[in-house]
Amino acid sequence: MKPTPFEYHRAETTEEAVRLLVECGEEAKVLAGGQSLVPTMNLRLAQPSALIDIAGIGGLAGIAREGGSLRVGATTRQSAVLADPEIAVDAPMVAEALRWVGHEANRNRGTFGGSAAHADPAAEIPAVLVALGADLEITGPRGFRTVPAADFFVSFFTTSIEPDELLTAVRLPSRHGPWAFEEIARRHGDFALVGVAAALVVDEQGIVGACDLVLMGVDDVPWSAQAAQEVVVGNRVTPELAREARAVIESTVEPSSDVHASSCYRSHAAGVLVERALLKATGRKEQG
Amino acid sequence: MTPPEERIVRIEVNGRPTSALVEPRTLLCDYIRNHVGLTGTNVGCEHGVCGACTVRIDGDIARSCITFAAQVDGGKVETVESIAPSTDELHPIQRAFEAEHGLQCGFCTPGFLITTQALLERNPDPSETEIREFLSGNICRCTGYVGIVNAVKRAARDLRDRGT
Repeated sequence: MKPTPFEYHRAETTEEAVRLLVECGEEAKVLAGGQSLVPTMNLRLAQPSALIDIAGIGGLAGIAREGGSLRVGATTRQSAVLADPEIAVDAPMVAEALRWVGHEANRNRGTFGGSAAHADPAAEIPAVLVALGADLEITGPRGFRTVPAADFFVSFFTTSIEPDELLTAVRLPSRHGPWAFEEIARRHGDFALVGVAAALVVDEQGIVGACDLVLMGVDDVPWSAQAAQEVVVGNRVTPELAREARAVIESTVEPSSDVHASSCYRSHAAGVLVERALLKATGRKEQG
Repeated sequence: MTPPEERIVRIEVNGRPTSALVEPRTLLCDYIRNHVGLTGTNVGCEHGVCGACTVRIDGDIARSCITFAAQVDGGKVETVESIAPSTDELHPIQRAFEAEHGLQCGFCTPGFLITTQALLERNPDPSETEIREFLSGNICRCTGYVGIVNAVKRAARDLRDRGT
């Protein structure tokens, strides 16, 4: 199918994009890479009255070091983030997760900010942003604000970005602790049936000081596995502890069933992936 | 509601400047097929899943069915028609697909050829795993992929032997 008619605006600056968002009203949508938006428009699941194309705004694309964090411009293509040498060193989980996002042909067009703003609960990047404690920079007619990833995702395809606001960048803190990203998808490049982003802080004695376990595909937002995190913090990660965390996941997660997988399967897979992620993350520690 | 204004879009297609007055909702694949008249780019699923419509936008492979022509205004596109060196000579990638039976009905083939070209430019000697991974966004409902993977291996070999 083809999309319904819409007005097309190509914004040259962030200010112009915000002005257009205000003028065009709530039925307007921001277009960056279009890899999620255009399919939904082709299927007529989305029928925006106007699209505001932000891909050409100078300064919205690119990766820059700012203090202890990497600032990824919202329209930076996913393939550019995946290939970036600083991302590989300071946010390796981001690169690993991006390998699971669609296929090369999608990642060449799809943007990093687009993945966050689209907020698909089965998508990789939202879960990674919550696990890493990223901050999202938002600009609108009432000014600039920064929202922690944990508060950014509100519900299915819904974020705390207001209709007249624009996501301009994602700030990724440098984290060099143990990490792992695990996912089960029916075919590579599909959305996750279940996945987990795990980021730990471990001291020299091997005691876990902080543990973020964030699952995708099990709730309407990236799901922080609080109870399992509490099991891990203060302890050494051993096979027994990882198994205990798995059991806690399986008894606390409440995924829904859909055509792709049952709730029961997703609960089981979530536990298995968390156990695997904990062992992989801590096994990787010595490699830096 | 008055219909949205048509706009002139200018895209360099296979090295040739093209332009057309199009609606904003005109997809790049339809611009290429209906306005430029190049029908090698096939439109399969029309929602970015099958890969038949794959083209190169400013050098990078992308799906022309989930890109609006207006987004590419001022840019460069290469389609499957750009692969053969002339109208009566096939490219080694095309010859390899023929020799290895890398197609049956041929509908998905334009996307596979463009994707293979991008792979072999970057990686002249890919492993089978790398080939399968890179082609995983392209769906063929006829071949079962064995012939396609063999074709990519043969094309890689031929291009290396040719020293290009």
